[in-house]
Amino acid sequence: MPRSSFQRLLDIGGTLVVLAILGFLLLPAIVVTLAAFNDKALLSFPPQALSLRWFAKAIAYDDFREGFGNGLIVTIWSSTIALIVGATFAFALDRYQFRLKAAIEGILLSPLVVPHFTVGLGFLILAAQIGLMRGYTIVVVCHVILVLPFVLRSVYVSLRNLDRRLELAASSLGAPPHLVLATITLPLLLPGLVSGWLFAAILSFNEFTASLFVTAQRTQTLPVAMYNYVREYADPSMAAISVMYIVATAALLTFANAFLGLGKVLNVEHGR
Amino acid sequence: MSSTAADMRRDVPQAAGGAGDDIAVRFSGVAKRFGDVVALNDVSLAIRRGELMTLLGPSGCGKTTLLNLVAGFFSPDAGQVLIGDELVNNVATYKREIGMMFQNYALFPHMTVAANVGYGLKMRRLPRADIERRVGDVLALVKLAGLQERKPRQLSGGQQQRVALARALVINPRVLLLDEPFSALDKNLRASMQVELREIQRTLGVTTIFVTHDQSEALSLSDRIAVMLEGRVRQVGAPAEIYAQPCERFVASFVGDANVLRGRLDRVAGGEAIVALGDARVKVSAVPLTGLASAAAVDLFVRPEQMQVSDAPGPCASVGTVAAQIYQGGHVDLYLDSVDSVSGRLLVRLPGHEAMTRWPIGARVNISFDRDTAVAFPA
Repeated sequence: MPRSSFQRLLDIGGTLVVLAILGFLLLPAIVVTLAAFNDKALLSFPPQALSLRWFAKAIAYDDFREGFGNGLIVTIWSSTIALIVGATFAFALDRYQFRLKAAIEGILLSPLVVPHFTVGLGFLILAAQIGLMRGYTIVVVCHVILVLPFVLRSVYVSLRNLDRRLELAASSLGAPPHLVLATITLPLLLPGLVSGWLFAAILSFNEFTASLFVTAQRTQTLPVAMYNYVREYADPSMAAISVMYIVATAALLTFANAFLGLGKVLNVEHGR
Repeated sequence: MSSTAADMRRDVPQAAGGAGDDIAVRFSGVAKRFGDVVALNDVSLAIRRGELMTLLGPSGCGKTTLLNLVAGFFSPDAGQVLIGDELVNNVATYKREIGMMFQNYALFPHMTVAANVGYGLKMRRLPRADIERRVGDVLALVKLAGLQERKPRQLSGGQQQRVALARALVINPRVLLLDEPFSALDKNLRASMQVELREIQRTLGVTTIFVTHDQSEALSLSDRIAVMLEGRVRQVGAPAEIYAQPCERFVASFVGDANVLRGRLDRVAGGEAIVALGDARVKVSAVPLTGLASAAAVDLFVRPEQMQVSDAPGPCASVGTVAAQIYQGGHVDLYLDSVDSVSGRLLVRLPGHEAMTRWPIGARVNISFDRDTAVAFPA
């Protein structure tokens, strides 16, 4: 029957297209992973012989170690500050009516309008103007601005999905506002808060463009250290770092999924 | 279980000591608007200690707003809300000592049944052992003993409702507030939950305000009903009073089934009026007809069970033709086509099942009313 054979063709074709898209998405990760295990000192593909020596070299390289440490400091500070600021704004936007609410909401929720290099350059100029030392502060502040919209959105969506009647029920049972917050609102918002923090952390740790402007030799984060490295050398230790990065992120997300459920972490459950 | 009930019972005074002593909740001149919408307009209502008062009305009538004013979710724009002798207009919800059961139950999803029910006691800083004991007692009262460690999502709808009720009752509230609690249950479960709620409410003697748009639920559960429309209380009274003596058209048509027949005002004598319909002269209360001229058109409201049909020739109120018969087990509903009915149809409810054979479809019948049962309003 022509209809059924056409259907089969469509099924096979569809499967192939989906596989091709998935392969295309994963292609860079696959290439980099294979390159990381390459025995040769060139970033070449496909590898001739396998080795772990680039991992050893990457881990031993001082700039990478410092970059990793700096990155952790900046990431933890910036995502935590962004979480507190973002959650406060999300509460205000969800619970209160005030002037310019729509405008503020628009600004806070539109992360892509201002490019990262603009933010970085702006902070560089400001720092020079006010004579701010190029220490961690400026990097952290810069990162807070960049990741804030993501945290805000995550908490805001969780808040909008929260049934306000639960809070009313708690207060009818005698809970004063601060205990309603502590026993009802915050526990129910926890997945949103954690996912917001997690996204902020991944984005911050990964951030390169703005960081290039605002970091100094002493404060450079891992992506900046990698950029500086690749300008001078081209060996597979870069690829080794990438692989470690992918594994760490996957482990983090798996961990979050086990405790909170990926659906909640990614805020998939929309709709009121 | 009876000792449990005795433990939880509030002191209900046997007789009212003073004029206002037996009033648990009082609204006086309460008004509330939301933007341009008037939710409540000059509402005054007193709820007696220990009674189950139903706020009945269509959606948007203000019944839920009135309930929320007792809960303290917002303040009235004008007037006073009193719980006992205390003016609570500006008292925060958590200080009001009320128990509220929400339409969706609003159980805390991240807590067990025991933690949900014990929440209010924990907020009152009771010792852990006391909390455990009282939670166990109240769960036994609502027939959920042993389910302490379940999470709400592991319970059926009926069980969730019992948890919500237990959670509201365990704190010995001054007033129990119920916001359409049965609307999410299927019909059979609803009926049994209604009976159970009523028993528990009577046993504990807890003053209860119950919001519903379901008039049959209101009639079957309440000590008294306040019928509301457009932000006002239209009539307050016992279910039988609301049903038999509605004070206005809206109440008569909203509560229970009613046939509306167009008649003519014959004369007014004292508190009574005589309405002419066909050969019949129907005696009704004159109060709703005040100021109406003789021979003015009036609408008679007659309940289906207060109408009789016969095929004997002679004077009668109206005539009709049987259009449909609905067998209901204990009774038969006859639908009659009649020119006197405002809608063109009349519903007559006859006990037993004889009507099925006695009045076949197409039969011409004479219609009469039981004496002194009809009410009349200006057409």
